Amino acid sequence: MKLKTGDGAKGGKAVPDINLIFKIAGVGILISVLNMVLKQAGKEEQAQMLTLVGVIVVLFMVIQLIQRLFTEVRAVFGL
Amino acid sequence: MEILPFLGMTLITVVLLNLLRRDAPEMAVMLSIGAGVIIFLRLVGRLTELVAAFNYLALRAKIDHLHLQTVLRVMGVAYLAGFGAQICRDAGESSLGIKLELAGKIIILFLAVPIMVAIMEMILRLL
Repeated sequence: MKLKTGDGAKGGKAVPDINLIFKIAGVGILISVLNMVLKQAGKEEQAQMLTLVGVIVVLFMVIQLIQRLFTEVRAVFGL
Repeated sequence: MEILPFLGMTLITVVLLNLLRRDAPEMAVMLSIGAGVIIFLRLVGRLTELVAAFNYLALRAKIDHLHLQTVLRVMGVAYLAGFGAQICRDAGESSLGIKLELAGKIIILFLAVPIMVAIMEMILRLL
């Protein structure tokens, strides 16, 4: 019995890598910079809305990741 | 040197987290969740092979498949509960994290009941 090493690319589904981290961090930095600009311009309400939109966008990405985590854990550990 | 991609990814994530923690703490929480999930998903292939190896060993040693299944389930529950609890602690909600760990412990105890019953039955049969 021989162990195969390698990343968990099963069924042609690509394993998420560092690009996704860069994407999330990029959205975060962009939102915080725009937030600062809007606050300087005295548009507090738009800044609040922008933060909300950013959180929702990132939450969608993270929720897809968590869904994959749950399916994989369920498959591996037989939960 | 299979550890190097993980090391690099973690270090980059730490730098970005420190950058975000000050201005956008909610993004920092989600970034740390994402990093944790990505590290696990990159390990899933190896983990699957390991589980297959353990199954093979259990088959050769003629161990009841139910017992190995229970052990794997306990590992899964423990991993998920620990993951969630650490995320909670990072986000500054350690009391919620402790409650999640309590839920994990209770569920693990619940999963282990069949094995305890089997051990007790074996002891009673020996006496």
